Amino acid sequence: MLNQIDKNLLKEIAGLHDLPQGAFNIRKNGVGLARQSVEGITITPKTDRPGIDIVVDPGVTGQSVHIPVILTDTGVHDVVYNTFEIGAGADVLIVAGCGIHNEGSEKSQHDGIHEFFIRKGARIRYVEKHYGEGGGTGERVLNPVTILHLEEGATAELEMVQIRGVSNTERKTEVHQGPHSRLIVNERLLTHEQQYAYSDIVVHLEGEQSSAEVQSRSVGQDRSVQIFKVGLIGYGPCKGHVACDSIIMGAADIRSQPELWAKSGDAELTHEASIGKLAGDQIIKLMTFGLTEEEAIRTLLEGYLK
Amino acid sequence: MLALEHIDLTLQDGSDEVRILNGISLKFEPGKLYVITGPNGGGKTSIAKVISGIYQPARGRIMLDGKEITGWSITERAKQGIRYAFQNPPRFKGIDIGWYLRLAYPEITENHIRSVMAKIGLCPENYLNRVVDSTLSGGEMKRLEIASVLLGPTRVAVLDEPEAGVDLWSFEQLRDFIVHSHQRSEGRITIIISHHERFLEVADEIVVVAGGVVQERGTMEKIRPLIEEGINCRWRNICLGEEA
Ligand SMILES: Nc1ncnc2c1ncn2[C@@H]1O[C@H](COP(=O)(O)OP(=O)(O)OP(=O)(O)O)[C@@H](O)[C@H]1O
Ligand SMILES: [Mg+2]
Repeated sequence: MLNQIDKNLLKEIAGLHDLPQGAFNIRKNGVGLARQSVEGITITPKTDRPGIDIVVDPGVTGQSVHIPVILTDTGVHDVVYNTFEIGAGADVLIVAGCGIHNEGSEKSQHDGIHEFFIRKGARIRYVEKHYGEGGGTGERVLNPVTILHLEEGATAELEMVQIRGVSNTERKTEVHQGPHSRLIVNERLLTHEQQYAYSDIVVHLEGEQSSAEVQSRSVGQDRSVQIFKVGLIGYGPCKGHVACDSIIMGAADIRSQPELWAKSGDAELTHEASIGKLAGDQIIKLMTFGLTEEEAIRTLLEGYLK
Repeated sequence: MLALEHIDLTLQDGSDEVRILNGISLKFEPGKLYVITGPNGGGKTSIAKVISGIYQPARGRIMLDGKEITGWSITERAKQGIRYAFQNPPRFKGIDIGWYLRLAYPEITENHIRSVMAKIGLCPENYLNRVVDSTLSGGEMKRLEIASVLLGPTRVAVLDEPEAGVDLWSFEQLRDFIVHSHQRSEGRITIIISHHERFLEVADEIVVVAGGVVQERGTMEKIRPLIEEGINCRWRNICLGEEA
């Protein structure tokens, strides 16, 4: 059912060597390829538009849900709406992500719109990897939208990674946080050649004692362009911190715009942002270990984006 | 044998050229332990950087076992076993100690890494997965730096102020490790840049560098009067342009 290209894409985006354990849904070129529900986690296709509903029953813990998407045909534009209902007290790992293999001259695009309702005290770890490959001239485009609603005491840990291969990405993330909820976002991005990446994260710290920590690390190479916007909005007693850190190489162009907005004197919001070259003494140090300059740079970037 | 022959070093300071080293000639023999000492700004670190290939001299030659290596890159010298523990080692985001040490010597076993870490007082259980970033203390970073150089079959080990920031209790352990590692090696040249008496007293030869020039070289007996007189006082005169 899975050919070598499919398997390679799945390995890159979800670390899968074959069909995963637990609940999963694999989508290829706009159609469902395989799906499995397990006890406590039900995956059903939507009836009004493309996409699936993923329902995790209250109290389900230690389970995982894999929902990778792959595109291997040129000229596909796949739009999908997925809704996650994470029951109170549940604790699950969700591995999403999209891989595009484009050998043709037409654009291949995937727009994944994910909405999460994370109920009282529930927790998710969400890992989303984006990856592109293929020798064609057609663009590889990924435009994800992620909306999260965190109820009281809920936790969401997001890991969003895109390393090479995606020509164009516009990523929107919107988070609404209830009282005592916690958000951790780790974004890792490497663009090269003429690639373009735009990321806009807005976090509404609505509930009392909610907290958010957003860390973005990126590397821009060649003539690629990156724009980061991260906004934290504090409505009451809450805590938020944004760190945007970029390494600029070649003739890249990087804009970093952390924004803090306090609607209350009890909101504690901070940010730090930096854009700079790779440090010369780090490269030299690794060369004194016997690495060539290219190997040293590759190693530094690998560590930085880990 | 490692030899520096008539090394001059000039560096760019803005639009000005500054002469940092002046006609440095030094011979280092296999199996011997050398200490380079002298006042701040005298040129010790610059000599280390010339040996490791970080600085290219304006004049002079560097010879390793009869072969000229002056034009060799940092990488080539490292591969031939010339290793340099920095005075101020840089920090790295996302690289942990285990990875860092394997970068220094990829063929080294996990067991060997653990035993070296234990010897320099970085208990592997607590430190192997620590990231080599600014969360490591100055003394921890310094010990790691020394471990990265002495871990493998290094032929020329240059240690730039290994004692800096290392506490009194760990210092003896660190010194013993450096000395034992030297004694157990097969003809390693160990060059320690230091002001510390406890290194000076184990040196086969001490080299005093000030004002970019080798001022004196010899055994502890020969150098001791200089130290007692106060190296700083004596060489300050040179800086002021007066005769000592
Ligand atoms: N890149 C540089 N540009 C200009 N001057 C430099 C540069 N690097 C070093 N120097 C100068 O060269 C001289 C020698 O420096 P070096 O670092 O070799 O001294 P050192 O003997 O190691 O001193 P310390 O004991 O303080 O470590 C100093 O006066 C220093 O200011
Ligand atoms: Mg120095």
